Amino acid sequence: MNNVFYLLMRRLRMPLISLIVIYSVSVLGFVLIPGEDDQGQVYRMDFFHAFYFVSFMGSTIGFGEIPYPFTSGQRMWAMLTIYSTVIAWLYGIGTMISIFQEPVFSRVRRRRRFAAQVAALNQPFYLVCGYGVTGSIVVGKLAQRDIHCVVVDIDAAQIDALEMDNLPLPMPCLAADASLPDVLDDAGLQHPQCIGVLALANRDTVNLSIAIASKLLMPKRMVVSRTEADVTTANLDSFGTDLIVDPFRAYAEYLSLSVQAPYMHLVYDWLLNPSHRPLSSAYQRTRGRWIICGYGRFGRALYSELSHDEVELVVIDKKAPQKNQLLDQVHGIGTEARTLQQAGVQGAVGIVAGTDNDADNLSIMMTARELNPQLLTVVRQNVHANRLVFQNSRADFIMEPGRIIANRIMAQIKTPLLPVFISRMIHHHDDAWAHTLLNRMSSVVGSQELDSWAFTVSERQTPALLVAMNEAKPVKLSLFLKDPHDRMKTLKAFPLLMRRGGELMLLPGELTLLQSGDEILFCGLSSAATRMEWTISNYNVLHYVMTGSDNSNNLLARWLYRRERK
Amino acid sequence: MNKEKVIFAFFIVLAMTLNFGFFMGEIDNADHHNVYELYAALVVSLICTVMKFGDRTHLGALMLATSLVADLQLVVVAVIWGYAEQISASGMDDHMMASVVSLAGGALLSNVVSVILLVIETVQVRR
Repeated sequence: MNNVFYLLMRRLRMPLISLIVIYSVSVLGFVLIPGEDDQGQVYRMDFFHAFYFVSFMGSTIGFGEIPYPFTSGQRMWAMLTIYSTVIAWLYGIGTMISIFQEPVFSRVRRRRRFAAQVAALNQPFYLVCGYGVTGSIVVGKLAQRDIHCVVVDIDAAQIDALEMDNLPLPMPCLAADASLPDVLDDAGLQHPQCIGVLALANRDTVNLSIAIASKLLMPKRMVVSRTEADVTTANLDSFGTDLIVDPFRAYAEYLSLSVQAPYMHLVYDWLLNPSHRPLSSAYQRTRGRWIICGYGRFGRALYSELSHDEVELVVIDKKAPQKNQLLDQVHGIGTEARTLQQAGVQGAVGIVAGTDNDADNLSIMMTARELNPQLLTVVRQNVHANRLVFQNSRADFIMEPGRIIANRIMAQIKTPLLPVFISRMIHHHDDAWAHTLLNRMSSVVGSQELDSWAFTVSERQTPALLVAMNEAKPVKLSLFLKDPHDRMKTLKAFPLLMRRGGELMLLPGELTLLQSGDEILFCGLSSAATRMEWTISNYNVLHYVMTGSDNSNNLLARWLYRRERK
Repeated sequence: MNKEKVIFAFFIVLAMTLNFGFFMGEIDNADHHNVYELYAALVVSLICTVMKFGDRTHLGALMLATSLVADLQLVVVAVIWGYAEQISASGMDDHMMASVVSLAGGALLSNVVSVILLVIETVQVRR
């Protein structure tokens, strides 16, 4: 039996007992008090009639005095019992209503409903802990892809926000502390359909305990966690967390890439960010002096990342220069022209406004741009609500931690091959290679969103391909790129990466023969992805794409076709 | 000493003793079985049931079950009694009385089980 029922029963003990006692005393009274029948003889009510009378009197229906008109003694007792039974009923009903209104009770009930909803999920889902900026972006994008989520957040206001967000799928949600294992369990941590746990809470300790609980209970399940300190990152890494996103470090790497290899940076940007910048926006003038305002977590990550590159770094920070122990530091905030001039803003190529105060950051950027209009500007946005101002600030880069984490996680969820491709590209290829790739991407998608997807050649994901392979027909990579509506046309997509065993092939040729178990990563328009889905899963479509004949492929048709050929 | 425990045990034992008192006597002799005693046994049994509500232990569930059995039996006894006195043409005859008392005997049995469970629970608490 469930908690709610127990709670109800426990609280209703007193009202129910008083109801029974009052009823029994009333009934007994009517049995004991002598009455008078129509002949004037002494008459005693039996239990049957007494209970009958008390029942209708107690519920205040009142059918009159039965079976004979009452004596004064009986009337006196009836008066007393009328009031006492009414009070007993009011007490009982009042207690019941107050239990239903009590926050504890509704919390227990909501928790139960949530657990039941999660247990009833029969489709794969992600368990998302924390519905802040990152959480809401990730959940929204997953919902667009028809992937279910279960959301837990400690703040009831965030859960209300989720209910107001009008997502296309119903998402079970609960306001509770996700660091408690029993909450996680109710949220489906051990549910067979749970495919991943995303720890996106604001506090590192909470994320840590979520990741630990998940890895202990379900060692094979994917765990993604955000982190803000290197200590936590190392800790998370030590027990095999699948993806750890540190927003500051991630953004520092991203910026550093734009300094090192502007085209590679654009490729990265196109693949990861849903809205991408035009090809012409590759920053050519990136080497030179960079000014970093604010030497906190972000500033430090950026400093260590950029110091590998051939750039000159100047830091503006309000802490004393002796404390930071940097080569080149100007003391101040950076909002005044004087400090910026001291840091040499006229000769700089870029400025990073990375303090933890949004107003300061905007002010730094505007002042700096006035002093040097050529400057590349990077602004850190701390509060999500300031979005409107930042979007209109005309900064070259806006660094918003929540969004960075969301993009990273979405890339991981969309296809784990994408991060593999990116790291391979950064470590093994140069910027010229990236420029060629970028031109190719641009010719395929134009200004539309570049999507990426992957599949494995297997029974489950590509049933049609496997049938063709078993029939010993050669399946080439180019097959995918033919439009199943008209095989003379090609789809707006191309393969980025193929993984066979442990071997990686970047930009595999179209004539590559496929083998079972190959993993292929594509990029292109998302409409091409759905068309490709047809080719790989429907044998008839595949047959058309391979041969050009649009025959129906049932037994009769095949038999007729064979006879015709004879 | 726990006041709650005293009240709890009091009602459970009282339900059994009252039930036993009603059950005593020749099975078909109406003079040996007092209607007030049955009434008291029924009321106390109902109170016992409510007192057992909301106990989450396994033993608590068993006790609630025995109490519900006793209630059911005693309510049926009361209904039969009412039927015999008010509706039946032959009134309260030996046959009716026998079934009333035997049903009450069933209720007594479940009340005994209830008391045994109470004793077991007490023994479990080694203090």
